[in-house]
Amino acid sequence: MKRRNFIQYAGLGTGALMMPSLLMGSNISAEALLAPGLDVAAKKVLADVALNTAKSMGATYADARIGRYLNQYVFTREDKVQNVVNTESFGIGIRVIANGTWGFASTNDVSTDGIKKATGQAVAIAKANSKIQKVPVVLAPVKSHGEVSWKTPIKKDFKDVPVKEKVELLLNANAAAMENGANFVNSALFMVNEQKYFASTDGSYIDQDVHRIWPTIGVTAIDRSVGKFKTRQGLSAPMGLGYEYMDGLDSEKIAGPEGTGLIGYRNSYDIIEDATLAAKQAKEMLTAKSVDAGKYDLVLDPNHLGLTIHESVGHPLELDRVLGYEANYAGTSFATLDKWKSGNFKYGSDIVNLIADKTYPGSLGAVGYDDEGVKTKKWDLVRNGVLKNYQAIRDQVHMIGQNESHGCCYSQSWNDVQFQRMPNVSLEPGKNKYSVNDMIKDVEKGIYIAGRGSYSIDQQRYNFQFGGTVFYEIKNGKIAGMLDDVAYQSNTQEFWNSCTKICDESDYRIFGSFFDGKGQPSQVSAVSHGSSTTRFNDVNVINTGRSI
Amino acid sequence: MAIYTKEEARKIMEKALSYSTADGCEVNLSGSESGNIRYARNTVSTAGHRSNQDLVVQSNYGKKYATATIDEFDDESLKKVVQRSEELAKISPENPEFMGLLDPQSYDESVTHIDATAKISPDFRAQVANSSIEPAAAKDVTAAGFMNDSAGFSAMMNSKGLFAYNKSTDISFTVTMRSNDGTGSGWVTRDFNDVNKFDAAEASKIAIDKAIMSREAKAIEPGKYTVILEPAASIGLLGNMGRALNARTADEGRSFMSKEGGGTKLGEKIVDERVSIYSDPLNQDVPTGTWNGEGMPLKKTSWIEKGVVKNLAYDRFWAKEKGVDAVPFPPNFIMEGGDASLEDLIKSTKKGILVTRLWYIRGVDPQTLLFTGLTRDGTFYIENGKIKHPVKNFRFNESPIIMLNNLETLGQQVRIDGNLIPYMKVRDFTFTSLSDAV
Repeated sequence: MKRRNFIQYAGLGTGALMMPSLLMGSNISAEALLAPGLDVAAKKVLADVALNTAKSMGATYADARIGRYLNQYVFTREDKVQNVVNTESFGIGIRVIANGTWGFASTNDVSTDGIKKATGQAVAIAKANSKIQKVPVVLAPVKSHGEVSWKTPIKKDFKDVPVKEKVELLLNANAAAMENGANFVNSALFMVNEQKYFASTDGSYIDQDVHRIWPTIGVTAIDRSVGKFKTRQGLSAPMGLGYEYMDGLDSEKIAGPEGTGLIGYRNSYDIIEDATLAAKQAKEMLTAKSVDAGKYDLVLDPNHLGLTIHESVGHPLELDRVLGYEANYAGTSFATLDKWKSGNFKYGSDIVNLIADKTYPGSLGAVGYDDEGVKTKKWDLVRNGVLKNYQAIRDQVHMIGQNESHGCCYSQSWNDVQFQRMPNVSLEPGKNKYSVNDMIKDVEKGIYIAGRGSYSIDQQRYNFQFGGTVFYEIKNGKIAGMLDDVAYQSNTQEFWNSCTKICDESDYRIFGSFFDGKGQPSQVSAVSHGSSTTRFNDVNVINTGRSI
Repeated sequence: MAIYTKEEARKIMEKALSYSTADGCEVNLSGSESGNIRYARNTVSTAGHRSNQDLVVQSNYGKKYATATIDEFDDESLKKVVQRSEELAKISPENPEFMGLLDPQSYDESVTHIDATAKISPDFRAQVANSSIEPAAAKDVTAAGFMNDSAGFSAMMNSKGLFAYNKSTDISFTVTMRSNDGTGSGWVTRDFNDVNKFDAAEASKIAIDKAIMSREAKAIEPGKYTVILEPAASIGLLGNMGRALNARTADEGRSFMSKEGGGTKLGEKIVDERVSIYSDPLNQDVPTGTWNGEGMPLKKTSWIEKGVVKNLAYDRFWAKEKGVDAVPFPPNFIMEGGDASLEDLIKSTKKGILVTRLWYIRGVDPQTLLFTGLTRDGTFYIENGKIKHPVKNFRFNESPIIMLNNLETLGQQVRIDGNLIPYMKVRDFTFTSLSDAV
């Protein structure tokens, strides 16, 4: 699906939502989503064609990824179904090392001839580029896993749930929003299934079945008399779960601060409840008090803090950025090797523990093996506030004196080359027993923020600015009404060192993004960030109100 | 071969339509071949080749419609894909906004395909990388760059007799040069339909010079400054403004184009009267296809003329609701400029900031079209008509509407991301904080 087609599908104007190619593919029927793909034995035969062809052409290493990507999206607005889209994308990507240089080619012609041709192109590219290659690629050793498989532990496969049921759920949520005073409401469901087969000349044949789901809702209230409009986005998160995420189980709800009515959702989302509250809050936002710029203690909900973790911890600790491989696009990093080597670089305050993880159940990053056949794991990035490690893959770890890949290599499709991508990066919950109300009760002048909003950070990840979905003023230990025009600006190291209090694990939830962008050609990746509600003291807040 | 000629494409699509039994059928056929090279740390990192083609068939029964896709074009496959789209259409929910198929249209001819670009080889790409890497290494600078070239076609036909075809080529190039002491960074971008217009060495030199010039930047206080925005700096804000010129959201009251008390700002002056922005697929510097995905002809269209909003984009459904002609979204933006060169703009500036580019631009408030982001890869302080020294990067919070109301001078136009945008000098541009990033 081309982007312009997507925009038509979604009934959105250009610029409303840019959809990366992750969610594109060819249109198929909902029933066709259930058709089995190639069986594992057939995939092994085809992958071996690529591996053997590469070796016979002089490659010293090769891997092949046969991918079948099945997606379903449902778009609605108010009482209308705008579109139901089912897509499939199928093909093979072949990566080789020849003359010490990478080459990659992909094709949707998954026949013996098609694979041989693409493999030839990959080897030819490697050889052409080896003429200007200065340092040959060095791969960290990886264990041969033989023939293995892994599957996201879902309870309900979205492909087995009738489209009618999904449409009804969204329309019911829209109706709840309209009944509670919304002027407009858009909702959508994105459901993704990556069926990917990996084989390499190191002797692994890995079959994986990965599932993700993301419900969204945007509720708009308008006051035409003053020409003002406000949209309250839903407080769901994209998850590495099946359709069971839509069950709305009470056992997975966590009450927000007293005086807000907010509810946090753990592994189950109640879209009707959220739509109802969203409509009420959108109306309230129309008359919320404009914030006075200044220093505030910020109490940040996990559904908000996730994006701040993503931008100010996840990205600066990607080793390819640190080394300069992303200098021309995403940028480099302030977290340079000398800071890491010092062994005492204070990334945050003593209570800050940040971990990288490719295994957490329900997270977007969870897989059994990464896209170059490395078994996934969990490791420390920051421990007791001190920088401990980066995120690195097979061709990078030797540059930081390590000999084991961290297992975070990923490609968005068979059509794109795999490279280092962010694993889940999460803030460990606090050890002391604190609830969200404990975060607020000793704050004299502060702001509580839930949900994601505007986000921007510089190319070395020093200076950032974040907005949010809803803002509440905290006065003398209590919630004191809604605020508007809030954004906070800080510096990564300063911000994490101002972290003073973290809720315990009973408040822990994961936030996520389907669209982490990096690389050229640009690729997206889905990643989660867990945390409990956390407090940061004395952060600079600006007022973003303007008149035009 | 993924790229079909007009006649080859017509034949495949006619064949597909011959199998249609629905009320209406529309087919879109496209294919492309693309190649890329990526380099960093003064050496090549990854490179690749992609090939893809597909046929999308949309069948409709009344307002029920569905699409199906295939990448094989033999008779049996074509028959199968048409039948599948028909089966799906019959069981689809009715879309009240479905507008049916367009009657045959006439399209202008636009030259967007250049053979030389379609013939770019892996060796050529390696040479491009080397044209950055060698001069960078000689100046104690490190290059990281990316070049992508593509050749493709798209074609469309429907059961009412509409036929459209376009073939195009593109090359895009960016390179970031960083001084090896880590204190300077420069960047350049180029994009063309015709690779013969592209000079990798010339472009790379600009980025190298900026990397060297921007070393050891000084911090100055954030605040409101007169800025000279290179086209690469203003395009992000202007593009976001252009994409927001949507009639439906404006009519619905949820756009910066909505008016207090109801109605829209269509026909009203919203920016400085020297601002005129239009789109034109036939412009020789930024040619594009002459039809959009729905088969609507793309013509020269004025969006803002002398500061006044002349058009908002209407899709076919909304146009019918409002009783006006549909206005497709623009394929490019051309903002009228002036005669001043960059040097002239600097010379005429008493105190100001020269901005190479803006980065990580994100919307802050759709009500005022407020955006935030940062300067990057070459930010310089100007005093009494001369560049005095590099300055540390800033975070800005600014609306393109406010920016275009604060216009001082328009300079010469430059092609940027398929658009033509002038250098411009703007007063009171709002920088809200400093960044340590280089």
